[in-house]
Amino acid sequence: MELLVALIIGVLVATGVYLCLRARTFSVVLGLTLLGYGVNVFLFSMGGLKINQVAVVGASADPTDPLTQALVLTAIVIGFAMTAFLVVLALRSQGEQHSDHVDGQDGEQRS
Amino acid sequence: MTHWIIAPILIPALAGLLLLLEVRERQQLRRVTGLLSCVALIPVALVLWQQAAQGDVGVYQLGNWQAPFGIVLVLDQLSAMMLLLTAVLALPALLYGCAGDDRRGPNFHSLFQFQLMGINGAFLTGDLFNLFVFFEVLLIASYGLALHGRGPERVKAGLHYVVLNLAGSALFLIALGLIYGTTGTLNMADFAVKAQALEGSDQILLTVAVLLLWVVFGLKAALFPLYFWLPAAYANATAPVAALFAIMTKVGIYAILRMQALAFSDGPLAGLGADLLWWLALVTLALAAIGALAAQRLGGLVAYLVVMSVGTLVAALSLGDPKVVGPALYYLIHSTLICAALFLLCDLLRRSRGDSDDRLESGPPLAHGNWLGAAFFAAAVAVVGLPPLSGFVGKVALLQAVPSAPYWVLLLLAGLAGLVGLSRAGSTLFWRVHGDVVSKKLGRRRVIPMLALLLASPLLTVAAEPLLQLCGGVAEQLADQTIYIRAVLGGAS
Repeated sequence: MELLVALIIGVLVATGVYLCLRARTFSVVLGLTLLGYGVNVFLFSMGGLKINQVAVVGASADPTDPLTQALVLTAIVIGFAMTAFLVVLALRSQGEQHSDHVDGQDGEQRS
Repeated sequence: MTHWIIAPILIPALAGLLLLLEVRERQQLRRVTGLLSCVALIPVALVLWQQAAQGDVGVYQLGNWQAPFGIVLVLDQLSAMMLLLTAVLALPALLYGCAGDDRRGPNFHSLFQFQLMGINGAFLTGDLFNLFVFFEVLLIASYGLALHGRGPERVKAGLHYVVLNLAGSALFLIALGLIYGTTGTLNMADFAVKAQALEGSDQILLTVAVLLLWVVFGLKAALFPLYFWLPAAYANATAPVAALFAIMTKVGIYAILRMQALAFSDGPLAGLGADLLWWLALVTLALAAIGALAAQRLGGLVAYLVVMSVGTLVAALSLGDPKVVGPALYYLIHSTLICAALFLLCDLLRRSRGDSDDRLESGPPLAHGNWLGAAFFAAAVAVVGLPPLSGFVGKVALLQAVPSAPYWVLLLLAGLAGLVGLSRAGSTLFWRVHGDVVSKKLGRRRVIPMLALLLASPLLTVAAEPLLQLCGGVAEQLADQTIYIRAVLGGAS
């Protein structure tokens, strides 16, 4: 399972970084979202991977770590809000500059 | 008395929430609410400073959860000093905003308060994940503030700023995950203790985590190669916002200083990444000097002066020498207040130049050229570090404390570059004029906050000796990390 989770995180982060480096705001937003997912899964796995265990001490012999779940919850909420904000900002940018290029205009237009 | 510690977070939080409720048309009510909160922060910060100056470290356990398990707020002299600086900076910045800039967007006042809440929280918290949360609070507010007033340039700079900081937040979370995975704690004091005991692969993972933290704090502090967002974002922000942002880079510097003093001053991980920070800071200093020479607009020039102060400070602090921290803190106070004053002054000039804006080219003559010129001259002397104002005192103290040839050469050359840039800007703005006066109005409500910030420089100079001693005391307390750790963990270590 460790290998599977590690692969998932790797793929998510790699696609996220690739998309972040694109020149269109939409791909950048998607990239940051995927990067956020990768980071959240990573954060989650830092408490140790356990199957079928509750996060309550005493309820099971080997409980999972509840703290990472709390951390991930916070990170998800913040990441979600930021994505929403970024989408609005990207729309605004397109509205004001008539282009969805991250620099406001394409290379050819500028020169 | 113990509950005072949380007041710098609660006051702006409550004010910000109230401001969200208040009716949009009643601008006066919103101004009064915002100003009341800012005024209240100053005595609170003073009380906290009084408390911290006695030498004890105040600890506030949220929800009364014991230290390594719950979140703590920690008040030592360094955090108290930064809180006081924030309060002193916020009031003139908001006063300037109340002169009319706050009308350009609906939620200026509440965002301003939330920004203050985030900054104060970042200075107070003793928990790494809580630091992340307060960073996010101040960033979310700053996104809104950076875009305040609209305009295509602002949106473009704002988009870069937001995307970069979101990527930075992702890195911060990875670093926190690694720290929790290896040490099993996120409490700063507990982390400092447990980091010393790690061995083998855990230690390598922790090294990665800490270097990632330096990247994140370097992004906030605007260190090379992560400073490119700053000139555009600061130069395009509305004046009171830019003035408040002068403290934002210092939040990053504070975080580096705090972590370094707490966990990496001795033990197996001592001086982790310090060499890297030293060289990157020197490169930042050099590039900021070039940027200041090449600036096309006064706002850009001032933004590069902010970057320059960051390079100066991080290079000095990366040495990890307690003797350097004192002068560095003095210079930090000076550069924050004076850069903020310059941003406000830049806006005043922009207003009296009409279409020429703050571009460094021949424009209409200024209606109150003598007064503005005198203020600009004083600010330039202060920020570059010429005698007799505070920049000179700060730089001399720093040079005395850092006996390193590259630092001396670069700091002096950067000062020279700043001087050349500012003289060019000043002579262009005030002397190369043509045509008629465009705007006669200056507005007392804008001039007074600017002068108040500028007045900080002579005050800092007159009180240089006691202030430097005070900063030295802060550095001494910071150097002895056992006081902090014992206060938080209650003698468990």
